[in-house]
Amino acid sequence: MAATDIPGGPGRPKASEDRLDAIRNEASTTGKVVTGAGRAHASAPIREAEDYYNLPVLKPPTWTWEVPLYFFIGGIAGVSSVIAFVGHLFHADPPMVRVALWIAFVGTVLCPALLISDLGRPLRFLNMLRVFKWRSAMSMGSWILSSFGAAVFLAVATNELVLYGIQSPFLPALRWVGEFAGAVTGLLLASYTGVLIGATAIPVWHEHRRLLPAHFLTSGLGGSSAILEFFGFLVPATQILGFAAASGETLVGIMLELRHSRVDRPLHHGKSGWTMRIAGTLEGPIALFVRILWKGSAHGRYAAAACFLVGALCSRYAWIWAGRASAHDPQAVFESQHVAIAARKAAHRAV
Amino acid sequence: MTKAAFLTDATLCIGCKACEVACKEWNEVPDDGMIWTGFSYDNTQMLGASTWRHVMFLEQPAVAGPQQVDMENPFRWIFLSDVCKHCGNAGCLEACPTGAIVRTDVGSVLVQSDVCNGCGYCVVSCPFGVVDKRHPDGRAFKCTFCYDRQSAGMIPACAKACPTQSIRFGELDELREASVARVAELQGRGYTDAQVYDPLETSVGGTHAMFVILGQPDAYNLPPAPEVPTIYLKSAWTSALVSALVLVAIVCGAFLF
Repeated sequence: MAATDIPGGPGRPKASEDRLDAIRNEASTTGKVVTGAGRAHASAPIREAEDYYNLPVLKPPTWTWEVPLYFFIGGIAGVSSVIAFVGHLFHADPPMVRVALWIAFVGTVLCPALLISDLGRPLRFLNMLRVFKWRSAMSMGSWILSSFGAAVFLAVATNELVLYGIQSPFLPALRWVGEFAGAVTGLLLASYTGVLIGATAIPVWHEHRRLLPAHFLTSGLGGSSAILEFFGFLVPATQILGFAAASGETLVGIMLELRHSRVDRPLHHGKSGWTMRIAGTLEGPIALFVRILWKGSAHGRYAAAACFLVGALCSRYAWIWAGRASAHDPQAVFESQHVAIAARKAAHRAV
Repeated sequence: MTKAAFLTDATLCIGCKACEVACKEWNEVPDDGMIWTGFSYDNTQMLGASTWRHVMFLEQPAVAGPQQVDMENPFRWIFLSDVCKHCGNAGCLEACPTGAIVRTDVGSVLVQSDVCNGCGYCVVSCPFGVVDKRHPDGRAFKCTFCYDRQSAGMIPACAKACPTQSIRFGELDELREASVARVAELQGRGYTDAQVYDPLETSVGGTHAMFVILGQPDAYNLPPAPEVPTIYLKSAWTSALVSALVLVAIVCGAFLF
């Protein structure tokens, strides 16, 4: 750790002989212990605060840029396979079903690549499939992603073989199997990432564990229909899905904005807070209004789709940054846990 | 099989950092940076991938107990050697997707370095902020409870090196009793804010590394009510399944329209 990396913020004055001399001078002139500086000065002799030099209690997530990008792409790929299956079921335009399947397939190629490159030991990626653990969202995610990949490959391959003109009674049946399995695992893929970060020790993540899976699914839905629109499928279905997703994200934004405990600080302040706000406004209200105002125009729909995609992508990064900020804030840990202790005591008294 | 445990006593620690050094030497843990923090004599700051024992230095404007002389400017200097808690229900162990983190026969929690692939999920799943990824190695590391020494019939290096028996190593139930007895003794001698830190009431279910501390756990960066993150799984998965059903309904509606 470099000297500039002292936890507690870059604004904290470093201890130095000059600073110690200043404290000695102040102490000798006033005849008292120098306490007024409090936590602002690293080298003040006695701290009044009840924490440990404001150093973090928790370790911040070590995940690099690949992981939030994976959350984004995985969500889109997962919901695309749902759209493909349901579209096929309701006799939607076959080219659209085909493109939706291909979006999912591209996701199954990109997602493992992103995740493997984030690993500290990428060559050991297969260790993920050594065990199957219900109680580890990361383990479940590995199995979900693997089975999603297999299912989508089956669906895409059979679909392409049918389109190529190969006649076989097995192909359509296999295609249904692949599409159905892809839809089920796709739903899990697009939502488990919310569980993954929700079931951790990071206060801002576990505080919002109920919201995160719904939030990430909604982003996947809007992202998937936005990409379909960019492929030229300006049909009512993608318009409705775009409306639904932007409305959902508007609701998520309002819910987050209403929360103001210490734990929620990273959602409102600093890099994570502002990214979260701007991203949420883009994929929520802005995407919604653009879609309403120019609903008849192709350009309006492209603009709404672009707003949603950019917002959804930035929001994934904001959540990871919020997790880092949360881990660095010992007061978030203490406050939320003292609330829990008080609640437990109140429950004991009630009994 | 007996369960091994640490009992680390803040009222006996003299802040010599012999435990930190012994741990580093025995386990061949690499350098974790040389900086002067100004946080009393604590230049280690926190546990991490390459710091498995960490001696804390607390400077408090509080009455130390019966030894207090200057009542107008009360001051006490407390030391405590922090370590991996080897939780009863360990967040890192539950989270590990490769099975690299295991519960050993002595009840400790061990990261098997030959299996760990550095996914980093244990790092965010530890309610005590202990385990971390080591750069540029890429894998996660933490206190091994000197599993190698214990297997050979020796006590952990930190406990062996401690000159004041502030770090006691022994059988879990015996040390749990000893911690209560020690706090009662300290209370009787006028250390009225002495307490045991061993979160038995939360989902962590007690730890294999207990502490005797003066004052509140917050001051030692010990979470007052740590929870194993698996308790959040049920509500998160429920939300995921409910929202997945809603999403399917919306997609069906969009195509039926």
